[in-house]
Amino acid sequence: MLVSQQQKLQEEIRALVARHGRTRAALMPVLQELQEKYASITDFAMQVVADELGIHPSEVYGVVSFYAFLHHEPKGRFQIRLCQTISCDLAGKARVAKQLENELGIAFGETTPDGRFSLEWASCLGMCDQGPALLVNDRVYTRVTAEQAHRIIEECRSVFGAHATQAAHA
Amino acid sequence: MQPSDSRKTPLTFDTIEPGSGLAAALAKSRADIIGEVSASNLKGRGGAGFPTGTKWNLAAAARVHGEAAKYVICNADEGEPGTFKDRVLLTAYADLVFEGMTIAARAIGATRGLLYLRGEYVYLRPHLEAVLDRRRKAGQLGADILGTPGFEFDIEIRMGAGAYVCGEETALIESLEGHRGEPRNRPPFPVNTGFMGQPTVVNNVETLASVTAIFAKGAAWFRGIGTEKSSGFKLFSVSGDCDAPGVYEFPLGITIAELLERVGGTGAKAVQVGGASGQAVPASQFGRRIAFEDLATGGSIIVFGPGRDMLHVAKNFMEFFVEESCGQCTPCRAGNAKLLEGIERLERGACSSAYLNELVRLCETMQVASKCGLGQSSPNAFLSIVTNFQDEILGRTPADR
Ligand SMILES: Cc1cc2nc3c(=O)[nH]c(=O)nc-3n(C[C@H](O)[C@H](O)[C@H](O)COP(=O)(O)O)c2cc1C
Ligand code: SF4
Ligand code: FES
Repeated sequence: MLVSQQQKLQEEIRALVARHGRTRAALMPVLQELQEKYASITDFAMQVVADELGIHPSEVYGVVSFYAFLHHEPKGRFQIRLCQTISCDLAGKARVAKQLENELGIAFGETTPDGRFSLEWASCLGMCDQGPALLVNDRVYTRVTAEQAHRIIEECRSVFGAHATQAAHA
Repeated sequence: MQPSDSRKTPLTFDTIEPGSGLAAALAKSRADIIGEVSASNLKGRGGAGFPTGTKWNLAAAARVHGEAAKYVICNADEGEPGTFKDRVLLTAYADLVFEGMTIAARAIGATRGLLYLRGEYVYLRPHLEAVLDRRRKAGQLGADILGTPGFEFDIEIRMGAGAYVCGEETALIESLEGHRGEPRNRPPFPVNTGFMGQPTVVNNVETLASVTAIFAKGAAWFRGIGTEKSSGFKLFSVSGDCDAPGVYEFPLGITIAELLERVGGTGAKAVQVGGASGQAVPASQFGRRIAFEDLATGGSIIVFGPGRDMLHVAKNFMEFFVEESCGQCTPCRAGNAKLLEGIERLERGACSSAYLNELVRLCETMQVASKCGLGQSSPNAFLSIVTNFQDEILGRTPADR
């Protein structure tokens, strides 16, 4: 990372901490905002957060590594999370999964080489009456069929084209 | 497709005018508020079924440590597989939920409320913030609420980040305090030592909305619904093999057979009551009642049609628990992994009866030795399938998959 980028991130984290309060209880909201903006939380970011909150960086790492929605390793701009739990399983999640892999050319747990898409399994999303269900970042898709996999990905691509430099929130 | 409305029956909550419950509660003394909740016989809708009046009483009596205050937490982590009724409540009846929190605050003397919303529901956040804003402007949150001198209370929304165990109340508090979501030893209970070490009431979304309904319509009305031990109406999240999956309201005490009739699921071979941590009830027991005295549940009902492979179901649940165990204690961390291995062996048709018996003993160890409800209940589904569907489990061939 360039020094100027690091400085910018540092300032950003200071502002976040100022807004959420310089307390341990601010850790999650601060990390969640970083995650939302950068799709992952780097070692450098964790170090700065730790310094700002006056805790050891390993404490921050412990929290980041615990939660499924916080990532230490780089992830795609679009994180596709397909529910693997029972109701979606009964509703045919396996074929949706296969087709998502086919469309993106990656397996679950992987990120496309261009850094645009990550494919992941999720536990029950609370959409069990409308499965198979998946999330693309914050957005919920329900009753997804294998035929729709392509369209969902294309929708993301068009958003990406429009704001290529920003984290897109479909 | 975008999510559609899950509601399949009219809900009592449709008939509750926002504001009416809070006004009725504020007309009472604190002790009488708790008295009314106790008189309604309301039990927690999050699954455990602890009497809400008793919980509030304990928190009301608890001493605050130092200068800080008491807290009311709404548990909107809704992670139990097959549960989605809290999503519907937060979408369509958020006022009633916030109102229940406000009534709880009045009862126990809390000044701050937190709604812990699961990360998967972050799309609901702008809507919930808007409802909170409206309630502040209407004087239903903030200082001197509805003209009640000295009654100050406000609510903040905090997000979860994809961890089922954070629905467990002490893990939820750990998470709110900026830690890994690892359950604490209980006691001490949150009513004494909760968020920031202060007395804290943690209640489920539906429990809090039900409180509002109780104040709008009276404890006697609520008690008149359901059974002697299980008062009131309850929301059910129904999914799986039925004609009309969705959210239903029924009085507690309904039998599984009656429920299946209503959701278009007759002919099912089994019904999972209580989600992954609940049990698979076979057709021969469809006369059993959904109530705290028989089959207790937070409302997750998953229907399995005649063609379903119950070992596959058990495997899916066990994969869930291996993924979601916080890893803090050995019976749960190692036990769930061992059970999954055992299920895979059964799947291959390579499991002796002796080995199956060992798995059952392992289940029993996990039930008594795990630190929190996750590990204590994770063997339930497998055990119920071993008990009720033994013919599907032993001596499998590749054709059985
Ligand atoms: C692993 C685990 C997960 C839980 N998840 C939830 C949940 O998502 N929502 C909930 O209200 N209660 C959940 N609970 C129960 C809570 O610990 C707590 O009992 C409940 O929030 C109390 O509210 P109530 O009395 O209003 O039901 C969970 C318990 C365990 C052991
Ligand atoms: S039972 Fe499981 S989830 Fe609960 S504390 Fe132990 S390891 Fe964590
Ligand atoms: S099982 Fe997939 S959303 Fe609940």
